[in-house]
Amino acid sequence: MIDFGPHAVFIIWSYLGTALVVALLIGWTAYGARTQKKRLADLQKRGISRRSASPSNSGDR
Amino acid sequence: MTDASLPTNWFSRLAHPGAFLSWSRGWVLPASLLTIMLFAVGLWYALFNSPADYQMGETVRIMYIHVPNAWLSQMVYGLMAVSAIGSLVWRHPMADVSMKAAAPLGAAFTGLALFTGSLWGRPTWGTYWEWDGRMTSTLVLFLMYLGLVALWRTFEGQSRGTRIIAVFTLVGSLNIPIIKFSVDWWNTLHQPASVLRAGGPRMPGEILTPLLVMMLAFTVLFFTLHLVAMRTEILRHRANNLERRHVSARGASAARVKS
Repeated sequence: MIDFGPHAVFIIWSYLGTALVVALLIGWTAYGARTQKKRLADLQKRGISRRSASPSNSGDR
Repeated sequence: MTDASLPTNWFSRLAHPGAFLSWSRGWVLPASLLTIMLFAVGLWYALFNSPADYQMGETVRIMYIHVPNAWLSQMVYGLMAVSAIGSLVWRHPMADVSMKAAAPLGAAFTGLALFTGSLWGRPTWGTYWEWDGRMTSTLVLFLMYLGLVALWRTFEGQSRGTRIIAVFTLVGSLNIPIIKFSVDWWNTLHQPASVLRAGGPRMPGEILTPLLVMMLAFTVLFFTLHLVAMRTEILRHRANNLERRHVSARGASAARVKS
């Protein structure tokens, strides 16, 4: 195991805390994107689409 | 006017939400992969391939995550301020999207700067916190970010709200030079500028390399998240508009049936 010196606990908690928050940020961002795409897909399935959307251009990409 | 044709001029491609959605799709995966690679290299240097500092020992490794987060906390606010100007002066549609997407990200990075700084301060200075210029102004910045996130939620879907938020964002940007120069203006525990300063950085290469790689890694991480968040915001607008139009169309046809 690497020796991080007498204050290793501070180093480890800094990195762990940062990793956790970054992971949550990535997860939250990805989840938000998926949710909105799903919403648009559901609307399109119900026949509600944008005026400018042609059949080949689904408008949600 | 041509129908459904996307603008070709480069500035219009940036400004038009539909064009933005179209060109940005191809950037998400490469940006994500670049982020992963930069963090892999940065963490390798930060944890395994750099020396301890002669004064603060191994705790210098906290600098490799604290400084990037502190840099991001200010850079993201700067980006929001520029977007605010674009929103107020030019009513640029992507400027609103950019501001809204950046706020929660900036709040998270500022929170991390405070958290890692606190954990670095305890072994280095003997205290988790000090009410000095740098730390106090960064705490104020964190509270500003949270305030802006709350304002965005309050004014969801109202264009008038965007102007108010843009004004608040610009007023708050006065804090950024205060944070940057606080270590020069006032007595502080915090060390003075050692990277972005006149005369260049004054750190040895073995310490500067992991720092710069980690700063780049965090910056690319932010831009990747910001890109995805902006795309999400445009999709949310579209879904909201479709639902609103559908509801009002149903209401109109129901009224016709009644009469």
